[in-house]
Amino acid sequence: MEAIGVLMACPMSAYLEQELEKRFKLYKFWNFPQKNDFLKDHSHSIRAIVGNASAGADAEMIDALPKLEIVSSYSVGLDKIDLVKCKEKGIRVTNTPDVLTDDVADLAIGLALATLRKICACDRYVRSGAWRKGDFKLTTKFSGKSVGIIGLGRIGSAIAKRAEAFGCPISYYTRTERPDVKYKYYPNVLELASNCQVLIVACPLTPETRHIINREVIDALGPKGVLINVGRGPHVDEPELVSALVEGPAGWGWARCV
Amino acid sequence: MAAQIVENEEPQLPQILIHRLPSFDLPFKAQLVTRFRLIDPYASSDPTAFFSSPQAQSVRVLLPVGPSPVTADTLRCLPSLQCVIGSSAGVDHIDLAECRRRGIAVTNAGSAFSEDVADYAVGLLIDVLRRLSAADRYVRSGSWPVKGEYPLGSKLGGKRVGIVGLGSIGYEIAKRLEAFGCSIAYNSRKKKPSVLFPFHENVCSLAANSDVLIICCALTNETHHLINKDVMTALGKEGVIINIGRGALINEKEMVQFLVQGEIKGAGLDVFENEPNVPKELFELDNVVLSPHRAVLTPESFTTLYEVVMANLDAFFSNKPLVSPVDLE
Repeated sequence: MEAIGVLMACPMSAYLEQELEKRFKLYKFWNFPQKNDFLKDHSHSIRAIVGNASAGADAEMIDALPKLEIVSSYSVGLDKIDLVKCKEKGIRVTNTPDVLTDDVADLAIGLALATLRKICACDRYVRSGAWRKGDFKLTTKFSGKSVGIIGLGRIGSAIAKRAEAFGCPISYYTRTERPDVKYKYYPNVLELASNCQVLIVACPLTPETRHIINREVIDALGPKGVLINVGRGPHVDEPELVSALVEGPAGWGWARCV
Repeated sequence: MAAQIVENEEPQLPQILIHRLPSFDLPFKAQLVTRFRLIDPYASSDPTAFFSSPQAQSVRVLLPVGPSPVTADTLRCLPSLQCVIGSSAGVDHIDLAECRRRGIAVTNAGSAFSEDVADYAVGLLIDVLRRLSAADRYVRSGSWPVKGEYPLGSKLGGKRVGIVGLGSIGYEIAKRLEAFGCSIAYNSRKKKPSVLFPFHENVCSLAANSDVLIICCALTNETHHLINKDVMTALGKEGVIINIGRGALINEKEMVQFLVQGEIKGAGLDVFENEPNVPKELFELDNVVLSPHRAVLTPESFTTLYEVVMANLDAFFSNKPLVSPVDLE
C-alpha cells in the first residue's frame, strides 16, 4: 500500500518530524524551493498537512492538493488555515487545545507584572551600571487593578483565575455573554477598555477580530492603561499602538508575546 | 539648634523625631505635619547638635525613614524614647537588642508592602522561568529577525515552591502561586498550625523537595547566609532561587559560583549583599533577573504604609495597643 503523504508546512519540532517519518512519507515544505512544482508533483499522494501558528494551509494550497483529508495544526490558533475552504471540501481540521493553556495564561500575567512593575527595565537598569548612580523610579501596583479580558475561552479563563489570586476584579468581552460566568460582561471592546486598567487579548484571530485593538480602543484604555497581547499580532493595529506609546504620556505600557 | 528643623510649632501636638539618611525624604510628611510636631534634625546643617540638646531628652517617639539605621548610639541620646515607628518592610536596620534592653517598643510596616512584594516575587519567578527579560533583550537587540526563534523556557505550573519564611509576604506569594498550579511547602521559625502547606524543619530539607525557593524571611543573626552551598546543592541543578528579602540571607559568593557553573538553574534577585553593587559575573548570565531593590516601591504601597504608620502613632499616643509591634523576644 502506498505510504500516506504528509506535508509539514514549516519547521516546528524535530521530535514531531521524527515520529511522523516513522509512520508516513513526510515532505518538508521548506526543502522545496519550487513550491508550485512540488505541489503539482505530489498532489496525488498528500493526504494530510501539519501546520502551526506560523504556517498552515491557505486556499491556494488546499486547491492544489485534491487528496487532502486533514489539516492537523501543532498549535491552538487556526488563523493560518482557510477554515471556510476546509469546510467546503469536507477537510478535517484539528488543533492542540489545553496543552498550551497554562503556559499562555502564565505568560499573560508575567507580562502584566513585567510591564506594570517594569521588571525588564529594572534588569536593564542594573546591568547598565545605572543603579550605582541612583535609584530606579517607582512603578505601579498590579494587585487589585481591574483586568479586562477579550475572549473567555480556555486561555482567557485561565488568565482570569490567576488574576483573581491577585485580587483583580475581572471583566470580559465575548461575542455572546456567558451566563455561567461570574465576571462582569461588556457587550463591546470599547466599553471593556474604558472600564479596565489592564486589557488582555486572548481571543482567536479571525477576519472579525483583526485589529480589534484599534486607535479608539487604545484611547478608551487611556494613558494609564496597559495592553497585554497573547493572541496574534494582527489583533492590534500596530502602527496606531506604536504612535500612542511613542507620543503618549509616560505611564503607557504594552507587552506582547506574538 | 535651628528653629526650621521643627515643623508645626503647635505645642499641644504630640512630638515625633524624624530619623533619616540625608538622601531620604519622608514620603508623607505633609500629612503627618497636620497631626504632629515633627522634629527633623537632618533638615539642618548640623544634625548631631540636636542629639546633645535638651529637646532630645524628652523625645518619646522616633520615626526612621525607610532603612535609615537606628543604632545603639542614636538610642542612647534619647533617654525618654518609648517607641520606634518603623517605616520599612524589614527591621534589620534597627538595633533590636538595644530596644529590648531599654524596653523600647518597635513597630514595622505590618502588611503594607506584602501584596506589592508578593506581586514582584511572582513576576521575577515567571521572568526567570520563561526568560522574559532575556527575550526582551533579544528582541530589542534586533536578534529576532536575524537569529530566529528564542529558546524555550520552563513551565511554572506543577513546580514545587518552597517558601522560606511564611510571614504575610510569604503567605501572599503562596496564595498567588497556587492559582498557577504550583504546590507550596515552607520553612519558618515555627510550624504554623493554621496553615495547611507542608512544613519543613530546616531549609535544606525544604530545598531538597522544591524546584523553586523563594526567600522572604527577616534578616537576623540566625538567618544571615541561611542560603548557602549546602542548601543550593540540595535544591539541585534544576532549581531556581528568588530573593526578595535581604541580600545577606544568601551567601552571595557561593550563589554566584553556583550560577556561573550551572549548579542551579537560575535566580531572580531584588536584593544584594552590598547594594547597589552587584557581582559582575551575573551580568553575563541570561538565566538571572536582576532588580535594584524595588519590590516594595509603588505609590500604592506608600499610601498603605502611611495608614499603618498613622495607626501606630495614634495607638501609641492614646495608650492603646500598637497595631504592628515587632516581637523583640
